[in-house]
Amino acid sequence: MALSRFHGGLRLPPQKPAAAAAVVPCPLPPELVLPLAQHAGLAAEPCVVPGQVVLRGDTVARAAAGLSAPVHASSSGVVRAIESRPLAGGDGPCIVIEPDGRDTWNRLPPLAWRDAEPAALRERVREAGIVGLGGAAFPSPAKLAASVATLIVNGAECEPHIACDEGLMRERAGDVLHGAALLARIVGAGRVVVAIEERMLEARAALATALRESGLEPIEIVPVPTIYPEGGERQLIRVLTGREVPAGGLPRDIGVLCHNVATAYAAWRAVAHGEALTSRIVSVTGAGVRAPRNVETRLGTPIGFLVGAAGGYTGDAARLVVGGPMMGAALPHDAVPIVKGANAVLVLGADDIRAQAPELPCIRCGECSRVCPAQLMPQELYAAIRAGDDTEVRALSLDACIECGCCAYVCPSQIPLVDAYRQAKRAFAEQRADRARADHARERFHARTARLEREAAERVERVAARREALAQEQAAKAAAEAAPEPEPPKTMGKSDVLAAIARAKAKKAAQGKPPEGDTE
Amino acid sequence: MPRAQDAHERPALSPKQAWGRGIPIVKTFATAPAPHWPAPTSVRRVMLDVLIALVPGVALHVFFFGPAILVQIALATGFAVALEAAMLRARGAPLRPFLGDLSAPVTAVLFALCIPPLSPWWIALAGMTVAIALAKHAYGGLGRNLFNPAMAGYAIVLVAFPLDMTRWLAPAPLDVAPVAFLDALHAIFTGALPAPLAWDTVASATPLDIVRTLASKDLMIGEIRANPAFGDFGGKGWEWIANAYALGGFYLLWRRVIHWQVPVAVIGSVVALSVPFWLADADRHPFPLQHVFSGGLVLAAFFIATDPVTGCATPRGRLAFGAGVGVLTLVIRRWGAYPDGVAFAVLIMNCAAPLIDRYTRPRVFGHGRHA
Repeated sequence: MALSRFHGGLRLPPQKPAAAAAVVPCPLPPELVLPLAQHAGLAAEPCVVPGQVVLRGDTVARAAAGLSAPVHASSSGVVRAIESRPLAGGDGPCIVIEPDGRDTWNRLPPLAWRDAEPAALRERVREAGIVGLGGAAFPSPAKLAASVATLIVNGAECEPHIACDEGLMRERAGDVLHGAALLARIVGAGRVVVAIEERMLEARAALATALRESGLEPIEIVPVPTIYPEGGERQLIRVLTGREVPAGGLPRDIGVLCHNVATAYAAWRAVAHGEALTSRIVSVTGAGVRAPRNVETRLGTPIGFLVGAAGGYTGDAARLVVGGPMMGAALPHDAVPIVKGANAVLVLGADDIRAQAPELPCIRCGECSRVCPAQLMPQELYAAIRAGDDTEVRALSLDACIECGCCAYVCPSQIPLVDAYRQAKRAFAEQRADRARADHARERFHARTARLEREAAERVERVAARREALAQEQAAKAAAEAAPEPEPPKTMGKSDVLAAIARAKAKKAAQGKPPEGDTE
Repeated sequence: MPRAQDAHERPALSPKQAWGRGIPIVKTFATAPAPHWPAPTSVRRVMLDVLIALVPGVALHVFFFGPAILVQIALATGFAVALEAAMLRARGAPLRPFLGDLSAPVTAVLFALCIPPLSPWWIALAGMTVAIALAKHAYGGLGRNLFNPAMAGYAIVLVAFPLDMTRWLAPAPLDVAPVAFLDALHAIFTGALPAPLAWDTVASATPLDIVRTLASKDLMIGEIRANPAFGDFGGKGWEWIANAYALGGFYLLWRRVIHWQVPVAVIGSVVALSVPFWLADADRHPFPLQHVFSGGLVLAAFFIATDPVTGCATPRGRLAFGAGVGVLTLVIRRWGAYPDGVAFAVLIMNCAAPLIDRYTRPRVFGHGRHA
């Protein structure tokens, strides 16, 4: 199929030593630390108490109402504590489980995916706590709600060092393809595309073989060039379909849905085997690791323990990163657990990290705009942020930035561009929240004022109505006084005139609005 | 694709705190924001590439006009670095990163290549004072200057010392009386030629001067070109130096230090504008390539109009900027008071660059066309 290309990007050395070795399981750590917030949206709510015995796959925290996902015990054992623990983004509440070593499963009943209702399949994906395993950890059921024409299953990792999807596709190709077909059934997609990187020859062969043997409907397996950040959702959709997801929109707006291969795999395990999401493949890699490899890791495994499973640190280990070298977050220590979105643990050697250099002024070389996949002008955006010119920052489409870090990587002046954009986005989000709060308060004030005015108007009306009733009564009385004379008046009598005046007065009183009411 | 969790949003539990609470830490690390890999380039590397790219041009300059140019380069660089240091000090900026960025030497070499090789030393001093102290640091230093420093310096000395600026030498095969290196040094450091040399015998009009003078006497282009100063396209010697500059320019393109839009637009606009005149009356108007290979046009196309700080940053803006430089150069050559207008063309376009950038912003992903 004809591929399009996206603007900018970088051809980075793949550096994937982990891809060469087979996927190995990580041994059971002495404790499993399960954060309640390891997905986008709201934190899960604990439904176990310390001391409770749990099996692998048991729900230990339920999804909150709204965008959220449940958390499951990743091995059998005893809940030791529900407490705050250090995580990648600062401290956060976690459920700590001490495994009993037996790793006993509690599985859900398997579903027949071809016969089950799409809604039932989607409910299973929700129950199993499945989120986007490419790294964003966005709860998958939310993305599966709309029906689309095309499902793209993303196996293009593109960030150097990360090789977990490659290992998964090579060794479990059949399950990945079944997962793709399953997701396609949920969203009613007629066309299914598995995108992999050109250099993943073994994975490609494995997928082709598995597809022949599976008896599934046709699935397109499309190799794409390894250009960072091709694995980014919007970039991949552009490459495969030639279309751009509209700014501020979602892929579904152009009839496309994109899921990571590991997400498809996890969905398949949940439906066909009743397994909740309790483990994932993590690439443990970099010059700071003795034996780089892909490791099947239980969620909640401390990173230090996981690195031990890959041979431990080398003497060169200089920086610990969760994720890849372009977007990953550096950690101050390794007592942080593996979460659903952690695709790689990268330990960089001293030669592989950016030297602490002073930030020089921008020389407007334009390299940042040349590599920007969102086609922004990072240098001008940075200047506008520094100047505090919010209007200009918006005009330069800060919100289109995908934070891929290409600009900061190529900047000869070593300006931390992407960091500045993240901070600016956060400041904007806070501003929006402040404005929403202020709007809410203003609305309440207006509602109160309106209510008081309405009440005042009603009071005036009531008085007017009483006055009218009184006038009518008087008119009726006058009419009754006039009535005893039986002969019909040839001409209009005095009483008729009086009655007419009284009626007119009453009408006027009823129609005439009080002055306060007019100001409304 | 992984989305970085904002590790720097809230400080994670410090190792000491974690140990205090019995949380097992195997190893601690220093943190920094992504991206983590070393930077593939630096301002110093960019400027070094520009200097490397100038080597062939300088070499041919030495071949055709003698080694005096090297003295000019050394002088200008010395003044530039000293002035840079003084201005950094005055501004309270750190010396080391800014002196090490090599931007002052680039300005100095570009300036030195524009002035006659035997210019007295105060030309370099005056030019560098304007370039570094005024055009660069008075506007806020590296990255903030509105005008190309080398061109600002050159334009000022061109106006202030018009006589010195005409004292070019004849290129190698035509120099009937070559100036010895010691005599050249004497000229540079005293401002006067040692006896018995005299400027009248040593100096020679540049090809552009010749065209200008003879065209004003109503000579045909064919007759003008009969002058031995002319080579295949431009002036003898000059056209080879231009080729060497272009060679350096291709190196910069390959290194991605410059982008194709500016040189293509500068040279393309000169050719496009001169072709109709030449077709209409080849006797009165020079062959288009003569314009390209004369004066400082090729140097400007690859090294001066491509200055990122004072040029345009958008792809379409670079095309507009380059075309502006080309057209203004031709206009000044034809109707202006100076034989070569490149410096003034660049300075005029420097003024327009921010506005051009504003109106040539690229379409943002997800807006319009493909959406």
